[in-house]
Amino acid sequence: MIRSHVLICSGSGCTSSGSVAIAKALTEELKKQGLAEEVEVVKTGCFGLCALGPIMIIYPEGTFYSMVTEADVPEIVSEHLLKGRIVERLVHDEKKLDGTTEKVTNLNETQFYRKQMRLALRNCGVINPEEIDEYIALDGYKALGKVLTEMTPAEVIQLMLDSGIRGRGGAGFPTGMKWSFAAKSVSDKKYVVCNADEGDPGAFMDRSILEGDPHAVLEAMAIAGYAIGADEGYIYVRAEYPIAVQRLQIAIDQAREYGLLGKDIFSTGFNFDIHLRFGAGAFVCGEETALLTSIEGKRGEPHPRPPFPAVKGLFGQPTIVNNVETLANIPQIILKGPDWFRTIGTEKSKGTKVFALGGKITNTGLVEVPMGTTLREIIYDIGGGIPNGKKFKAAQTGGPSGGCIPAEHLDTPIDYDSLMAIGSMMGSGGLIVMDEDNCMVDIAKFFLEFTVDESCGKCTPCRIGTRRMLDILNKITSGNGEDGDIEKLEELANTIKASALCGLGQTAPNPILSTLRYFRDEYEAHIYEKRCPAGVCKALAKITIIEDKCKGCTACSRVCPVGAISGSVKQPHVIDQSKCIKCGACIEKCKFGAIVKK
Amino acid sequence: MAKKKSSVPFKGTKEQETKLYESIAAHKHIDGCLMPILQDAQNIYGYLPIEVQKMIADALDIPLSEVYGVATFYGQFSLSPKGEYVISICTGTACYVKGAKPIVDEVEKELGIKVGETTEDGKFSIQDTRCLGCCGLAPVLLVNEKVYGRITEKDVKGILEEI
Repeated sequence: MIRSHVLICSGSGCTSSGSVAIAKALTEELKKQGLAEEVEVVKTGCFGLCALGPIMIIYPEGTFYSMVTEADVPEIVSEHLLKGRIVERLVHDEKKLDGTTEKVTNLNETQFYRKQMRLALRNCGVINPEEIDEYIALDGYKALGKVLTEMTPAEVIQLMLDSGIRGRGGAGFPTGMKWSFAAKSVSDKKYVVCNADEGDPGAFMDRSILEGDPHAVLEAMAIAGYAIGADEGYIYVRAEYPIAVQRLQIAIDQAREYGLLGKDIFSTGFNFDIHLRFGAGAFVCGEETALLTSIEGKRGEPHPRPPFPAVKGLFGQPTIVNNVETLANIPQIILKGPDWFRTIGTEKSKGTKVFALGGKITNTGLVEVPMGTTLREIIYDIGGGIPNGKKFKAAQTGGPSGGCIPAEHLDTPIDYDSLMAIGSMMGSGGLIVMDEDNCMVDIAKFFLEFTVDESCGKCTPCRIGTRRMLDILNKITSGNGEDGDIEKLEELANTIKASALCGLGQTAPNPILSTLRYFRDEYEAHIYEKRCPAGVCKALAKITIIEDKCKGCTACSRVCPVGAISGSVKQPHVIDQSKCIKCGACIEKCKFGAIVKK
Repeated sequence: MAKKKSSVPFKGTKEQETKLYESIAAHKHIDGCLMPILQDAQNIYGYLPIEVQKMIADALDIPLSEVYGVATFYGQFSLSPKGEYVISICTGTACYVKGAKPIVDEVEKELGIKVGETTEDGKFSIQDTRCLGCCGLAPVLLVNEKVYGRITEKDVKGILEEI
């Protein structure tokens, strides 16, 4: 008789910090202490609170332990599981925004979870993703059963249109509309493709869903297949996600074994099967036309639309391409109805959105909130604010296609349209927080380096234009910026935006345009004052001696290889900037912390 | 991404060749088979030497240029052999804002090679990778499959010495 379940996160984040070894140690320790028959160890998908990993939750109490190590396992077993006493030292000490801390024993009571609404992530961290029965126990494949036995394809599409759901992969195109176009295309062969090529650096929600709830994606693809008249599906997943790939394969095999994929599903005569295809590290393949070309085994170059994939897609046949998070919402929309879904979110953006919080934020991890939640709520209430007492500077959304949002827009309710209006975009939901130590010109350069590297080279504006923009940024950050550079950047950016072939190129200038819009003063400081306000751009950094702190010990002037430091004994020293080579030897030598590089 | 033909002489074994032809036979009849075959080939040989690309082109009866075109398009495929230990540093946004760049610099300094290169003894190579998706651990460094999270440039020396 099982009286207790121990859930251990086996998502990529916790696995990287050793959760698999912990699960193994726990199973062995349970045997050793004679509890193997009473306690079950469940390896789940991601709980979302990656900053505190590895995470363990013990049911029925719901006790939440964070940063567990293998060494903690014997104590957890003997104290908690045997004697029923909570191991206090492993309970998360939650830091409130006012600086006080409080022990929180239940995961749902943490600040991190309270404002969340988990729809796409509902099963992540709850079920064992490698057991189809656990998914079925939570209404899994019920939506597929419902559409196959009670609804016509047209009714399914109408339901999707009524729900108002928009694609979670980037541009936010209404999913129901996409399906209806493909349904109207006449052909013997159609395809459903799941875009799991999550290339946006800093976004990992799709991976978490595939790792934590793979069957939801398979079920939704089969529903889509029924709606548009397709019998075959492909999942194009990044090869960099080995755990996701493995769990998807297990899920597909189990679904086939249960007759939920394959021929004559639910004895309705409906056939649908799914194949896996692996990406090979090309960001552009997240663009739908490039993705389809890649599945065909070619160079993953995009092509102009129209024709849209719904008319002429994979192998020349009508195809719909949906993102993982979009698909994960669909079974619930079918079961709970479009009216329920419409109650969540804002007027034009229904439902929830998953964000991957990263960068300078206390609670890095995955959060799912209703559309219309403000950035302030996400970053401060859920994310726990900026660590080390630093000041918020900007939040970057939308990855290399998005922009940086400054403090003045923290109270903007986030949805597809509001983000566009302030010069960023939803993208796939990466949300990277930056503090005062990050240089915005450097960040723009970082994204440009990415797009230059990932540009497929097919169209000129993107291939050459992005490189020219990067050249200018390199010039500015190395201290050689000159009057007119900002204007040149703007002109190039607008030209590329208007003329590039695909989404990658058209959005590549966004990081520059948005940082120019909100942080123009930083560009100007680099160009006209040869100064990097955040102290990131090394070529512009100046080493100075703080007068009040300098004791005049002369250690610095003796270590300086170029004799740039002068001053008399017991008097504050000064650095001759024209001689200084910025080697930093004096900083290391100074015992009083009087020398700074900025 | 610029890639060039490897200067290292091809040392494929009969056993590797058998495995390659098995993969080709298994995939030959599916649509879009070239990518899965190249992925298998890279696993078998560790990289995609021109000799292997030629074998694939002949077996599939397609021009070598087509195989080469695909092999050079994707970042995952490598035309030159990698070191025994591949040091990968994540340069996704979350890792970048938390200081991935100084770590890259430090690894380059310690090993005396640049990103994308392999040491002369064939022991180490450095690569910067795209986001690995464990942003909670940023910044992240990998030695082959082993993950080192929340590191600073000061930890680099210790990690390399550990190997």
